[in-house]
Amino acid sequence: MSRSFDVIIVGGGHAGSEAAAAAARMGAKVALLTIRRDQIGAMSCNPAIGGLGKGHLVREIDAFDGLMARAADAAAIHYRMLNGSKGAAVQGPRVQADRRRYRAAIQAGLTGQENLEIVEGEAFSFRIDGGNVAGVVLGDGRALACDAVVIATGTFLNGKLHFGMDAKAGGRVDEAPSIGMAAQLRALDLPMGRLKTGTPPRLDGRTIDWARVEIQPSDGEEWTFSSQSHGRSCPQVACGITRTNLETHQVIRDNLYRSPLFAGAIEGAGPRYCPSIEDKVVRFGDREGHQIFLEPEGLDDHIVYPNGISTSLPLDVQQQIVASIAGLERAQIVQQGYAVEYDHIDPRALGPSLGLRDFPGVFCAGQINGTTGYEEAAAQGLVAGLNAAAFALGSAPVLFDRAESYIGVMVDDLTLHGVTEPYRMLTARAEYRLRLRADNAQSRLTAKAMAIGVVGVEREAAFVSRETERCEARKLLDAKQGKRSLFESLCFPDFALPELFEHQPLLRNISSDVLDELVNDGRYAPYVERQQREVLRMRSDEVVLIPDDLDYRLIGGLSNEMIERLEAARPTSLGAAGRVRGVTPAALAAILVRCRRMAA
Amino acid sequence: MKLVPTQETIFALSSGQPPAAIAIVRVSGIAAVESLQELAGRVPEPRIATLMTLGRDPVLDRVLVLFFPGPNSVTGEDLVELHLHGGRAVVAAVEAALAALPGLRRAEPGEFTRRAFANGRLDLAEAEGLGDLLTAETEGQRRNAMALAEGTLSRAVRRWRAALIDAAAAIEARIDFADEDDVPEDDGGAGAVIAPLLDEIEAMLRVPPAERLRDGIRVAIGGPPNAGKSTLFNGLVGREAAIATPIPGTTRDLIEFPVQISGMAFIFIDTAGLRETEDFIERIGVDRAQQALDSADIVIWLGEVGTAPGGALHVHPRCDLPGREGLPVGADLAVSATGGTGMEALVSLLVSRGTSLLPREGEIALVQRQREALADCADSLKLAEGAPDILLVAESLRGARAALDRLTGQGGVEPLLDAIFSRFCIGK
Ligand SMILES: Cc1cc2nc3c(=O)[nH]c(=O)nc-3n(C[C@H](O)[C@H](O)[C@H](O)COP(=O)(O)OP(=O)(O)OC[C@H]3O[C@@H](n4cnc5c(N)ncnc54)[C@H](O)[C@@H]3O)c2cc1C
Ligand SMILES: Nc1nc2c(ncn2[C@@H]2O[C@H](COP(=O)(O)OP(=O)(O)O)[C@@H](O)[C@H]2O)c(=O)[nH]1
Ligand SMILES: [Mg+2]
Repeated sequence: MSRSFDVIIVGGGHAGSEAAAAAARMGAKVALLTIRRDQIGAMSCNPAIGGLGKGHLVREIDAFDGLMARAADAAAIHYRMLNGSKGAAVQGPRVQADRRRYRAAIQAGLTGQENLEIVEGEAFSFRIDGGNVAGVVLGDGRALACDAVVIATGTFLNGKLHFGMDAKAGGRVDEAPSIGMAAQLRALDLPMGRLKTGTPPRLDGRTIDWARVEIQPSDGEEWTFSSQSHGRSCPQVACGITRTNLETHQVIRDNLYRSPLFAGAIEGAGPRYCPSIEDKVVRFGDREGHQIFLEPEGLDDHIVYPNGISTSLPLDVQQQIVASIAGLERAQIVQQGYAVEYDHIDPRALGPSLGLRDFPGVFCAGQINGTTGYEEAAAQGLVAGLNAAAFALGSAPVLFDRAESYIGVMVDDLTLHGVTEPYRMLTARAEYRLRLRADNAQSRLTAKAMAIGVVGVEREAAFVSRETERCEARKLLDAKQGKRSLFESLCFPDFALPELFEHQPLLRNISSDVLDELVNDGRYAPYVERQQREVLRMRSDEVVLIPDDLDYRLIGGLSNEMIERLEAARPTSLGAAGRVRGVTPAALAAILVRCRRMAA
Repeated sequence: MKLVPTQETIFALSSGQPPAAIAIVRVSGIAAVESLQELAGRVPEPRIATLMTLGRDPVLDRVLVLFFPGPNSVTGEDLVELHLHGGRAVVAAVEAALAALPGLRRAEPGEFTRRAFANGRLDLAEAEGLGDLLTAETEGQRRNAMALAEGTLSRAVRRWRAALIDAAAAIEARIDFADEDDVPEDDGGAGAVIAPLLDEIEAMLRVPPAERLRDGIRVAIGGPPNAGKSTLFNGLVGREAAIATPIPGTTRDLIEFPVQISGMAFIFIDTAGLRETEDFIERIGVDRAQQALDSADIVIWLGEVGTAPGGALHVHPRCDLPGREGLPVGADLAVSATGGTGMEALVSLLVSRGTSLLPREGEIALVQRQREALADCADSLKLAEGAPDILLVAESLRGARAALDRLTGQGGVEPLLDAIFSRFCIGK
């Protein structure tokens, strides 16, 4: 074997990029192996980063000194804080990113990273040596040796693109699918499934009548995604908003038989929260129109992304659809919309480090695990990258907890429940969301990141001084003012910054992001305390470990359904077993008894 | 849902102790069919009562047999019911024959219920009710257990849960899909759902607790030493359960005795006489007496008029003795525990007080665990009503749902997402 690395990352999408950078920050010698170097960091679909739940993930990646938040700030041409008026715990930062600038920022982040080498090529198969992964063989016959691999091949595994009733093999438009890797995974006998997703046609912005659509400007406020970014690095542009109408819906109904979705050509399940326009028209026939956001793809790019009309109908129908919409009557389609179907692995085959249980050293991240979205992919990339490096270097796995991060929620959900549709992060999935806010990600996670040594010196210094300030401010807030402290008063909704400054003028010296975070801590404190009991209950079950070789079939009284789910997910603790769907308290009691017996 | 048969097949006498007119023996598990084949030579049509002969040489009994194939049986496994003639010898012989078959063993207490629960045939609330039903001794206990076992509570919880999910879906959609124009900017009528739900739950919480029904109404007898407490206690429980002597301070510890009167379960408690004492052991007894009096459902007080704790039944004891014949002003009743005067009146007073302390016909009584979960749910709903922003409303509704899930032991976020996606056109 010619070259040798600690960790090889296969695929330079959002998961792979984050994984490569994270593994390298851990000190591993890393190769990022991807088909096309120039496509590293490409956004296959919507040129936007963040949103509800997703924005939380990006802030958490940032807390580990990852790439995504900084790249988003470098490329952002439109900022929007979703749910601005609905309580800090569910505010979702979102930006519209200039596609080229985003790619460039990610690529710059990777080339600037020590210990990291980018290798162009297609991974074809693994070398397995005595049950452990030993290297990767490329399509052209080259071979690279390694101790751990992260597979982050996105929608490329056996990818099939649907343009109307025409289907062809492909991972993304104009890119070939990854067939060898798909065959390799099937050969390893991993549980696999098939999912689909779609993308809308792209329009030439110069042919849109902007006067006929509503305009949505970028947020006035100067917040950024990364705590390490400052202000706006790009000029800000506005988005447009228009709607479909009854005529649009009629066009779609008349042509449903030409949709691969409805004609039965697509077997994979699609996401309910990212439906195609044909889906929306069929499932919600009574609606008179559906909103479309017109999102510019870049500053020096005239392409516009019409968010809301993802479709796999044929091009001539897409043209009729577009022409029926206010402002788009004369709009030219520069790239037709399409659907993609791809293989994914059942993520229940993974442990909490995102490593394959049956193949030590092989980790999976991103769309391959049945998720959808750049942020979900990147967050898994972080987890898989950290753990692949830990595995290769012989250090302890880096695990994420549901009560501590959205990343933990996602990994737990995926590895315990698997997926029936592409998994997307939602705040509703996080039962502890009052403590998991986008604005306190660094307070929650950066200390942990520093402890495993993945935080650069600059961020470390900034974090330490911010923590000092936060402690000081908290002290000021905790001083009793009569019956209760200022902090305690914050749970009253009309007690806010002006009242704080009136009672404690020194608070004016605290930076606004630190103070805002503390104000939100105070707002939710009584609820967070109530939740703390739940968290403790969960943690107490979390320490009861389930042995790897527990045979659920030997436990009397478990239903087949429970056994199947438990065997697929192989929860590592009693707490995790309790979260497997359909597992009853009685079943848990039986599992507990069995574990005790095995331990005795 | 197909069930994995457990390794062992269990059997047990499921009706009351023989002798009785008939005795029902149940066999549950994979070997149930085989065992019937072995004992009777064939297996009847499912769910049709069939007369069969058990045993060849010797014939054990002519019995009515019912066969319920799993998973549609109470345990979720293959289940055979043998309706025997209920003599002790017959039952013992059939049990011995079953025990001799391979893979069969006697069931442990509650094991049928446990299997039913583990196989998803019962939820936690139903399983609790069934457990009570098996040990029910009074008519009231039986009625309550029946209601629980038939899923009255579970049905109510399911209905509440569905209402909560509906209310939460509207709110969660607003939170997670803020930019969607199909999602209205109001709370989708959550307030209108919460108020009636809270009423129903609080009404259920006002029903007297099941422990009183199940374990009995606690009646403590209190008063100074030598008032005649132990003697009255013995009179009420119908035997010499407590030592009664003329020596003050005889009773030191609490003595409890369960009794059924008019289909109602009582627990009578004899206590040490209340007085200042130097005796270390007696002082502990006096403390315990005080606690028992404080926590009792009914107190029978044998002390002087004016010294009775609030709400106590004031009884004037030893009314057969000269000088004690009359009923002092302020006392409720005069009795003689030795002579029997007033005892019947005392008992009927206890029964009428007891009735008001028990759930009425048609009400479901809850055990402590269930009350706590429901109270938690009610607390969360109250918080939701007063919450200042929709996020906190959502959090409170989540808390309420989690509390209900603890009653029936099922949950997860998936039903909520289903509700959201079926109601709103979401996604771009
Ligand atoms: C048509 C389409 C529509 C989509 N629609 C949506 C949507 O509506 N909403 C949404 O949230 N998300 C959508 N997505 C998904 C989003 O693009 C992905 O979730 C995200 O990009 C996944 O990131 P990833 O890193 O897992 O994979 P990708 O970003 O797909 O990256 C995979 C990378 O791996 C490389 N690669 C693949 N195979 C090999 C190999 N064998 N050897 C070396 N390199 C390899 C590829 O070249 C690519 O660079 C869509 C994607 C597509 C293609
Ligand atoms: N004649 C008569 N004597 C009673 C009656 N009840 C109790 N005694 C006597 O009173 C004494 C004290 O009774 P005891 O029950 O031990 O009193 P305690 O200390 O309150 O428990 C004993 O000698 C009893 O025999 C009663 O109804 N009639
Ligand atoms: Mg006594």
